[in-house]
Amino acid sequence: MSAAPVELPRWADNAVVPLVSVTAALLVAGLVVIGIGENPLEATALLLRGALGSAEGIGFTLYYTTNFVFAGLAVAVAFHAGLFNIGGEGQATVAGICAALACAALSAMPGFLSIAGFLAAPLAILAAAAGGAAYAFIPGWLQAKRGSHVVITTIMLNFVAATLIVYLLREVIGKVGSMQPETPDFPAQAVLTPMHQLLAPLGIKLPSTPLNSAFLLALMALVAVWLLIWRTRLGYAIRTVGANPRAAAYAGISPAAVTMIAMAISGALAGGLAVNEALGVQHRLVLDFTAGYGFVGIAVALMGRGHPVGVGLAALLFGVLYQGGAELSFDKPTITRDMVVVIGGVLILFAGALDGLFRRMVALALGRGGAG
Amino acid sequence: MDWLQTCAVVLDSMVRLSIPLICAAMAGLWSEKAGVVDIGLEGKMLIAAFAAAVAAFATGSAWLGLGAGILASVLLALLHGFAAITWRGNQIVSGVAINMLAAGLTVVLGNAWYGQGGRTPPLEGAARFGELSLPFASWAREHVPALGLLYDEVISGHAAPAYLAFFAVPATALLLKRTRFGLRIRAVGENPAAVDTAGISVAGLRYAAVAICGLLCGIGGTYLAVAQSAGFLPQMTAGRGFIALAAVIFANWRPWPALGACLLFGLLDAVAIRLQGVSLPGIGLVPVEAIQALPYLMTIVLLAGFIGRAIPPKASGIPYVKER
Repeated sequence: MSAAPVELPRWADNAVVPLVSVTAALLVAGLVVIGIGENPLEATALLLRGALGSAEGIGFTLYYTTNFVFAGLAVAVAFHAGLFNIGGEGQATVAGICAALACAALSAMPGFLSIAGFLAAPLAILAAAAGGAAYAFIPGWLQAKRGSHVVITTIMLNFVAATLIVYLLREVIGKVGSMQPETPDFPAQAVLTPMHQLLAPLGIKLPSTPLNSAFLLALMALVAVWLLIWRTRLGYAIRTVGANPRAAAYAGISPAAVTMIAMAISGALAGGLAVNEALGVQHRLVLDFTAGYGFVGIAVALMGRGHPVGVGLAALLFGVLYQGGAELSFDKPTITRDMVVVIGGVLILFAGALDGLFRRMVALALGRGGAG
Repeated sequence: MDWLQTCAVVLDSMVRLSIPLICAAMAGLWSEKAGVVDIGLEGKMLIAAFAAAVAAFATGSAWLGLGAGILASVLLALLHGFAAITWRGNQIVSGVAINMLAAGLTVVLGNAWYGQGGRTPPLEGAARFGELSLPFASWAREHVPALGLLYDEVISGHAAPAYLAFFAVPATALLLKRTRFGLRIRAVGENPAAVDTAGISVAGLRYAAVAICGLLCGIGGTYLAVAQSAGFLPQMTAGRGFIALAAVIFANWRPWPALGACLLFGLLDAVAIRLQGVSLPGIGLVPVEAIQALPYLMTIVLLAGFIGRAIPPKASGIPYVKER
């Protein structure tokens, strides 16, 4: 009835299995589209045209991709240490709060801004990363020192962060006289440069989109995580603890310390969401800016097998789905963008929880079914 | 008598707010006692709320709505079982998937069918569960001082699924504690190998527990959409599945304390609503968010072992592998 672990060659494990689960998830989405009486092929064509058919569409797609890269990496780094961080939403929220506080402090120092304005954006980014890291360190510490499960504590901390930002935006850092829960605009020196302005001096003309220099940060984060996990002593420690904490302890690696460090790195990466959204696009802190990206990050990390190349590709796929989904819902009001959430959920189920089933199917297809 | 009236109103709202929590907490208890971790309570309640509202609107019968809600929730529960029990997938991952699936699917289908941004049309008349008046409620209010008022306001006057929820607590306690089936469920959550050795199907028991979990989530979700509200709203469960999970942990995986925790969290919610925008002497404006965050903070503190110790069933979260 149930499956024994299936041995697969590496190429099949890393490429074929994720591809099969993505295809299956998209087929399920197609069935839902048929179920609500639309043509899935037509919908796919509209979606792809909306996401990739114009420079503007591509700009939006890459802007969403940025969010998914950060959210996916946040889950992936913790995964390598054997931890399941579902607190990306909360960590990004606190990162946004910290960035907003840093911007408020900078606004109060016009002298500093006029002399060293070029430092403002890096400082705001650092504040976001530090906020995310600190908020992820709490469950890391609780797991390492007090034995409370990181899954439950990160879920609970997501809700605490959600109530915290409501309170702060209403009572403490909110814009005076505004009915919206939002902060005043950040100082101009602290916000990130939009991509169309950044590339204009190079003679590249792009339409105005939310895509900003946070996208470059996301690419750097992908490389940095690859270096960290596979090319450093700390990365080796993280992978060892993830594979076998007791063996790690015998090898002189402290699982407790690695747990806390991996969670903090994970939280700092989740903070990238706040960098892209608050510092890059909105230029102020608004409620619910995390918009569920943190949860989709789980799908991204699972599909990408925790490897930066996979995470990058999976993030791009979700970027396409997000932007294309928005365009699609303009043309076909019956298909809302929540379809992406459905695809994300099915993908998490297929690539994560039903991994064994899909590996067995691939093994059968490769004629290795007898191995189980 | 004014404070008594206020008290009764707050307690009444506590009961109303804790009913979905009680259903979901008992649901979580069944699943976790059998060794299947379930963070998908939220998603199951959400899909039940949606299915119940759709069916109640289509048929005009609240009871058919309840049936549809339970059916949808049990199907999702079995999907969780399929991933977690049959394919030994990661139970947390599967729970996250179910929450996302429900969050997306309800809005997509609701919007496609009714075109109201994911809401279902308002339910009226028999399509909604009305308030049941318990025997002697109005008589007691007139003739018994204080207690009569509390009886009428707090205990009487809830919808039928609410009483199902309250019935679920003694039923869960009794079944788990005093029956052979309950013993086996608990055993399969502590030491599945021993159950297997005794010739009883581990997978069968776990599927049964997961299905009961779906049934109870179905009642909770239906209550939200067809009794408490008059229709489905996107994301209307609003984290209640997670608060219920917190209640289960808070109660150390025991039914009666879980009821207590749900009532406590319901009371906090009722007080928070009551104190919205109220200025208390000496404190000033009460930060309602602080009260709303309390269940989560209390759970974290408890899990950290600062007060007491939360001990989950030993085999929870671990798929059972027969061949060693």
